[in-house]
Amino acid sequence: MKHIISVLVNNQAGVLSRVSGLFSRRGFNIDSLAVGTTNIPEISRMTIVVDGDDNIVDQVQKQLSKLIDVIKVVRLDAENSVSRELALIKVRADTSVRSEIMQIAEVFRANIVDISKDTLTIEISGSSKKAEAMYEMLRPFGILEDARTGLLSLERGAKTILDD
Amino acid sequence: MKLSGSDIVIECLKEQKVDTIFGFPGGAVLNIYDSLYRRGEGINHILTTHEQGAAHAADGYARASGKTGVCMATSGPGATNLVTGIATAYMDSVPVVAITGQVHSSLIGKDSFQEVDITGVTMPITKHNFLVKDVDKLADTIRMAFQIASTGRPGPVLIDICKDVTINKTEFKPAGEKSRLNLKIKNSFTEEDLDKAADAVQKAERPVILSGGGTIIAGVTDILVELSAKIKAPISTTLMGTGSVPYDYPLYMGLLGMHGTRVSNRAVSECDLLITVGARFSDRVISDMRRFAPKAKIMHIDADPAEINKNITVHYPFSGNIEQVLKGILKRVKPIEDSLWAKSVISWKKEYGNNNIDKCRLTPKLIIEKISEMTNSEAVITTEVGQNQIWAAQYYRFKRPRQYISSGGLGTMGYGTGAAIGAQIALPDKKVINIAGDGSFRMNCNELATAVHYRLPIIIAVMNNGTLGMVRQWQTLFYEKRYSQTTLDRGPDFVKLADAYGAVGIRVEKPEQVQPALEKALSSDDRPVVIDFIIDIDEMVLPIVPPGKGIDELIYD
Ligand SMILES: Cc1ncc(C[n+]2csc(CCOP(=O)(O)OP(=O)(O)O)c2C)c(N)n1
Ligand SMILES: [Mg+2]
Repeated sequence: MKHIISVLVNNQAGVLSRVSGLFSRRGFNIDSLAVGTTNIPEISRMTIVVDGDDNIVDQVQKQLSKLIDVIKVVRLDAENSVSRELALIKVRADTSVRSEIMQIAEVFRANIVDISKDTLTIEISGSSKKAEAMYEMLRPFGILEDARTGLLSLERGAKTILDD
Repeated sequence: MKLSGSDIVIECLKEQKVDTIFGFPGGAVLNIYDSLYRRGEGINHILTTHEQGAAHAADGYARASGKTGVCMATSGPGATNLVTGIATAYMDSVPVVAITGQVHSSLIGKDSFQEVDITGVTMPITKHNFLVKDVDKLADTIRMAFQIASTGRPGPVLIDICKDVTINKTEFKPAGEKSRLNLKIKNSFTEEDLDKAADAVQKAERPVILSGGGTIIAGVTDILVELSAKIKAPISTTLMGTGSVPYDYPLYMGLLGMHGTRVSNRAVSECDLLITVGARFSDRVISDMRRFAPKAKIMHIDADPAEINKNITVHYPFSGNIEQVLKGILKRVKPIEDSLWAKSVISWKKEYGNNNIDKCRLTPKLIIEKISEMTNSEAVITTEVGQNQIWAAQYYRFKRPRQYISSGGLGTMGYGTGAAIGAQIALPDKKVINIAGDGSFRMNCNELATAVHYRLPIIIAVMNNGTLGMVRQWQTLFYEKRYSQTTLDRGPDFVKLADAYGAVGIRVEKPEQVQPALEKALSSDDRPVVIDFIIDIDEMVLPIVPPGKGIDELIYD
């Protein structure tokens, strides 16, 4: 089972290694980890997708809460949150297939962000499922390289991570 | 008032009422040592032989006194020498603040002389650590470190201070009233949860209490015994809980788990409610998970929420203030006057008790019971790791918490001498005895020099079996007597060694020599004494639960 955990941390040197170190030390599996600063400059937000049963996720949450630099940890319910990830995919695209690929991109509402004689770079954002589907479609053309952000999530509605 | 960083370190230590630092100087902490020299009045610095000894001494000081222990070392090798001691404190939740020097901040990352990323190294073995690169942040960092080390579930905190920070000056403001951190542990439970728990306790037909080291840290051992007496629940302890229940309490069953007593392991296997307080269900206690307390509902009361449901599924979880939980339950339950369960446990205790001492042989039981008798069960006992550690827990008759000081979680050989030094400095009026193994003592016997210099009358009672006994025991029982690299047929002569260090050395080979040797050792009030007790190489720790077996499958003779 995959679970989404959202963590507010002090925006300080070493915090990322404290968090990732905790995962490896305790044998928790990270599916993805996305981190960036928030609108409050002293605070960063990590979105972590964890693979494991309820007990494991419960442990992850409690162990994270013990880190001094962790301000808040919540589990996000997939149904009740909006989740996005962004991928950049560089695909082989000579003139014979270029328009076909561009059509696919259009269906997915993806953007062409770079073009060369033999390649297209496509930016896609959406659910992980959508990104996966896009990959499926592009694979036959030859994916040269790609980069993904990992999942970002926020709870739906007016509630925020700092509300209790 | 403008002060240099190194002066601020000393002022902050005074602010925290630190009376003792265990440490060892070097380049990166030169300025701190200079400030200690100039303005360190009221702070007793103990120069150990090795930084590991300093870390164990700070830990022993903390365990004996309940206060935070402080150790200090220079950058690089000084800092890495602390690591085993920090990990030892971490595993047993001991409040220690370790101060290390770091290279000049402009030299960080350049593989400079004696540069080690000690905050990186100690990240998984500290409760928290800090790298201080800015003198303006130094004072508050030190204050936070002490607060973190001692609050909630205690643990070691390391502060790594760059050399330039110790030189730079800033305005020093004494600590304000308000602390910067909110570390209050939240209680996870409600009044209704307490009602439910009390109801379960009242209705249990075969309740058992398991007391771990957390009861000692939380200072709730008296309440726990009161609860046991009120509901007639027999008590077992983990190794770390040794001393939390007085040895002569009728419902005390002794250790539980791998080296548990027969009565403890049987009672837990049959109980219908296991009330676990301040213990973390380590593998040394539960052995085979499926066979651990199979008939019981588990109540778990701990300061650390992350311990709940970590190793075992709990039916009645309580995290937060242990004292409030115990008092809450105690208040709600009615006394139980007559308990068949308690009676049968007491009868098993008698049946399994082994009081026929073999008086013709020098055995660990004979030695340690004699030590107990001759110290009126009042001594503070530190241990090394191995058979000596378990024998000490089994045979010394502990009366109170903080009397048995042992590396339970990490199992650090070489812990005992440093820990005894720390304990003796914390408690100058107590007799401190390190019940040691020959293998472990050899590891850090260098600290004898420290004990001699500071005139600490600690006694090191070496259970000298000429082997790494605990490992040999496993080889005997589970490896068909293939004694791979465990025989210590090589000295040193501990009596001569003691002499060389300026300590007193005594050898004991026969039972009748025990009493005079101990009399002599106990009468020393300003010199450490090493007693080399020569015991049989095949002496065993029993009972033992074989690997992979349940706690009810003990080998006991
Ligand atoms: C630093 C360290 N190295 C290795 C071990 C593994 N170990 C556990 S007990 C033991 C034997 C200890 O021998 P000794 O101190 O003579 O104690 P005895 O068991 O003989 O009483 C060893 C090697 C350990 N616990 N710690
Ligand atoms: Mg030995």
